[in-house]
Amino acid sequence: MTLEHFMNEAISPWMRENGPDSDIVLSSRIRLARNFADIPFPIIANQHDLEKIREFLQQEFEHLSFQDYKNFEFISIRDLSSIEKRVLVEKHLISPLLAQNDGTSASMISNNEQVSVMINEEDHIRIQLYFPGLQLTKALNKAFELDDWLEEKVNYAFDETRGFLTSCPTNVGTGMRASVMMHLPALAMTKQINRMMPAINQLGLVVRGIYGEGSEAVGNLFQISNQITLGKTEEDIIEDLQSVVQQLIEHERRARTRLMEQSGTELEDRIYRSLGSLKYSRIIESKEAAMCLSNVRLGIDLGIIKDLSRNILNELTVLTQPGFLQHYAKKTLTASERDVLRATLIRERLQLEE
Amino acid sequence: MECQECHKRPATLHFTQVINGNKTEIQLCEVCAKEKGYMTYPEDGYSLHNLLSGLFNFDSNHIGTQKKDSQFQQVKELQCARCEMTFSEFKRVGKFGCAECYHTFSSHLDPIFRRVHSGNTKHRGKIPKRKGGDLHIKKQIESYKSELQELIVNEEFEKAATVRDKIRELEMDIRNKQDGDQS
Repeated sequence: MTLEHFMNEAISPWMRENGPDSDIVLSSRIRLARNFADIPFPIIANQHDLEKIREFLQQEFEHLSFQDYKNFEFISIRDLSSIEKRVLVEKHLISPLLAQNDGTSASMISNNEQVSVMINEEDHIRIQLYFPGLQLTKALNKAFELDDWLEEKVNYAFDETRGFLTSCPTNVGTGMRASVMMHLPALAMTKQINRMMPAINQLGLVVRGIYGEGSEAVGNLFQISNQITLGKTEEDIIEDLQSVVQQLIEHERRARTRLMEQSGTELEDRIYRSLGSLKYSRIIESKEAAMCLSNVRLGIDLGIIKDLSRNILNELTVLTQPGFLQHYAKKTLTASERDVLRATLIRERLQLEE
Repeated sequence: MECQECHKRPATLHFTQVINGNKTEIQLCEVCAKEKGYMTYPEDGYSLHNLLSGLFNFDSNHIGTQKKDSQFQQVKELQCARCEMTFSEFKRVGKFGCAECYHTFSSHLDPIFRRVHSGNTKHRGKIPKRKGGDLHIKKQIESYKSELQELIVNEEFEKAATVRDKIRELEMDIRNKQDGDQS
């Protein structure tokens, strides 16, 4: 497999487009949790019931298209190798939990990989939709249309007072989790982000690392999402999230300018050293790679590095994950073998730009 | 102290292993500990759910009467008729078994939702297109009614009359639909 072909696999087609504020916001995501009214939730349902759901959805939706989301591919998780599963998780197309429930779980993925409908995860159905940059309202509207389209065939569990009924009480009501993935290197360097987090939490929003619940913020990538799903309309939830994200963008831009003014040489040094590590390392751990990638991307955004494309952060972040490396090598690798391959891939990727 | 495996990084983890009564102590760094399988993280390691079930157990109605309650519960434990999940099981796992559980446990849920959703207990968001049925119209009537109140307070009676007519029209719609269903 050539590196270029492999990279094409790592980057979902929708990621190539630039959305609004894409110097700081990598993507916006809406997730809706839905369940069948008459079947117990996956946590307690028997295999037979879950199998019925899987078969029904496959029959009704496989290979269909909805608007721009063409030709839904129906992927049964049990047919995948463990490396293939990991790759889908690293691309954020399925959740770690879905990969684990491999008996009856499945995912329907549109061919541009913008939409993924997870089946038999914690809930029967989880609609997930991505947009590049900051486009929450657009993502919500599209998610609602997809939701209506699915509802034509599915009898949803819905209650007048409680809203959409979900397995976990933290999702009941709208069943919606809206999240925005942000690159905040200047706020992280100046440690301002730590001071901002409590305030963000107070607004019913959470800040986490990019691989969801419990994951660490690697490479200065943060995911901001709503915590509350009951008692507010989806539009209000998104408005709150949007306003916090916009403030974070402003703070990040201001912090970048200040860093440039006050410690331009140190910043430049840090950026070029990171570029050097990426260009010349022979062994690199994922944390170090993530940190260097973040610095280099900042260098590109600030115009310090001119001959590299912006997409390099998105691409290499996914590409250097353990699953992808093993997918590339076509075999299982130990951590130290991965560190070597990671360094090789990054070097080759940077050479493509020259 | 340096890590016994790689001899590079500092040892931050100390393991005591007892096999057949033989005790060995090992000092490792996190990287080697993970690699050697000393540390296993369950995928769902983040114990949000443990935390949640902790929250559920704290049922403010039952403070002080907990002992009495637990004796009482043995007699009539709430159990969902459809999926057979009991209320204590729900509190332990922190998840509902099926849609019916929401009705079965309904009288106990408000304090839980309030805690998880900043004081909210009622849905205000999307109503599903098909399943929602009359609910769309009912919500519309509600919002017209509050608009009407406001108009009356502001003494804008002409506008109020139009809104009142809209409400009547919608109410007629619902009635006609119900009659249609019955016949």
